[in-house]
Amino acid sequence: MTDAEIRAVALATLLSIAPEVEVDELRGDRTLRSQVDLDSMDWLNFLLGLHEKLKVEIPEADYAKLITLDDVVAYLQKKLGAG
Amino acid sequence: MIEFKLPALGSDMDEGTLLEWKVGVGDTVKKGQVVAVVDTTKTAVDVESWQEGTVHQLIAEIGRKMPVGTVMALLLAAGETAPAGVGVGGTAMPVPKAAPAVAAAALVAAPAPAAAPTGPGRRMISPAARKHAEEKGVDLDSITGTGPHGAVTLEDVEKAAAAPRAAPVVEKSAAQMAAAQQAAKTADMRKTIAAAMSRSKREIPHYYVAEDIPLANALAWLQVANVQRPMAERLLPAALLLKAVAMALKRYPELNGYWRDGGFVPVAAINLGVAISLRQGGLIAPALLQADSKPLTVLMQELTDLVKRTRAGSLRSSEMNEPTITVTNLGDQGSNSVFGVITPPQVALVGFGRVAERPWAENGGLKVLPVVTTSLSADHRVSDGHRGALFLLELNELLQHPEDLEK
Repeated sequence: MTDAEIRAVALATLLSIAPEVEVDELRGDRTLRSQVDLDSMDWLNFLLGLHEKLKVEIPEADYAKLITLDDVVAYLQKKLGAG
Repeated sequence: MIEFKLPALGSDMDEGTLLEWKVGVGDTVKKGQVVAVVDTTKTAVDVESWQEGTVHQLIAEIGRKMPVGTVMALLLAAGETAPAGVGVGGTAMPVPKAAPAVAAAALVAAPAPAAAPTGPGRRMISPAARKHAEEKGVDLDSITGTGPHGAVTLEDVEKAAAAPRAAPVVEKSAAQMAAAQQAAKTADMRKTIAAAMSRSKREIPHYYVAEDIPLANALAWLQVANVQRPMAERLLPAALLLKAVAMALKRYPELNGYWRDGGFVPVAAINLGVAISLRQGGLIAPALLQADSKPLTVLMQELTDLVKRTRAGSLRSSEMNEPTITVTNLGDQGSNSVFGVITPPQVALVGFGRVAERPWAENGGLKVLPVVTTSLSADHRVSDGHRGALFLLELNELLQHPEDLEK
C-alpha cells in the first residue's frame, strides 16, 4: 500500500468515529487529538478500526508513538512492510 | 387489564414522542421486552415492558407527543380475556381512546405559546404538526386548521403533505433540512439539561470534596493485563475507575439512591450513570447496571457498548431511568478536576479529571506519578463532608489494589 492509500484508510476510520471532521482542515503534522475531539474510547475505536481494516496489531506500548496523522501513517507503513 | 404507560426515561424527561411500535395487537410481551421506541429531547429510547401479557390495544399514535404517564397500550394479563363487546384491537373503546386525546389537546395548549412567543393573531399549531410540516416541507400558512380554535393538527399537515401541491413549494436541500432538524434537536436538549441542572442547583445543597489519587499501581496493572489481551478486549482506565466507584459505594450506601418526597431512599443496586458527551453537543448519562457485581472485562464490554449505543441513539429505558449515581470522567483530554452538578433525584456525583503525571511527595521523598484528581459532589441533606471524604479515601485504597477489582 502507498502512504496515500494508508492515509485514506486512516481518514475513513477517523470519519466513522468523528463524522464532523473537516478532512481538508486536518494537519498531518499536528497532534491529531488536539484537532479532533477523541476521548480514550474513541481513540481505542480508531486504532481498533485500523487493526480490522489493515490486519495490523498495535500493541498498547506503541500508542505513545501515534501522535499525528503522519505518525500513524508512517507507523502503519512500517508494520505493513514488516508483515 | 394492564395499562402500559409512558415511563420517565430519565428524571429530566416529562414528555416523549412515539416513533415506532415494536409489537402488534395479539403479540405476547415478556418482561424486559422492548415494546416501543420513544423519542425524548435527548435521544431515541427503546422502551421495555416490566409486565407480561398479550397486547390488546395500541393507543398511542406514532409521531404524537405525550406526557409521561400517558397510557400507551393495554395488555391482557395471563388468563384474562378481552372485555365483552370489544374486538381485539378494536377502535371502539371510547374510554381509553379519549384519555390520550385529552392529553394531546392539553399539550397543544401548553407548549405552543412557549415555542412561538410572538405577537397577537399567531395561529395555533401543535408541536407535532409543526415538526411534521418541517420534515415534509409543508407550508403551514397554506393549511386550514381543523383543530380547536382553528389549530393546525398533525392530521391537517398529513393531509396537506399527501395532497398534490398546487403551487411549487420552495424545496430545501436535504442538507439544509438535516441541519435545521439537528439545530432544533440541540436546542431541545439544551432546554432539558437546563431544566434538570437548574432544579439541581435550586433544590440540592451540594457539598464538594476532592482527593488526589495516585494511579501508578492501577496503570501498571492495566498495562500488564492489556499485553495479553487482543486489541478488541483491552481495558481502559475508565473501566477500572468505574468498578472502584461501584465497590466503594457498597460501604457508603448514603451516596447511592434517590431523594424522594422529602427523604432519602437508598437503592441496593449500584447503577452507575456514565456521563457520555455527544459529538453534536450535549450529554446523556445512561446506566451501567449493577456495576459492582460485574467482572472488569464485562464492565469494559458494557461500557463500550453503552457509549456506542448512546451515540447511535439506541438506549434502553432501564438504562435511562435507573442510574442511582452519576460518574463523570473528563478523560485524558479534559481538565485537572471537575466538580459536577448532581442529577436529581440522585444524591451524589463522582468526577474524575485528567490522569496526568505530577510531582508526588511521599515518605519524605519526591517522585513523579500518574495522578487523578477525584471529586465527590453530594447532597448535604443526605450525607456530610466527613463521610464524603471517607468515601474518596476508600476509592483511593481500592485503586491501589487493582487486581482485587478484576472479579
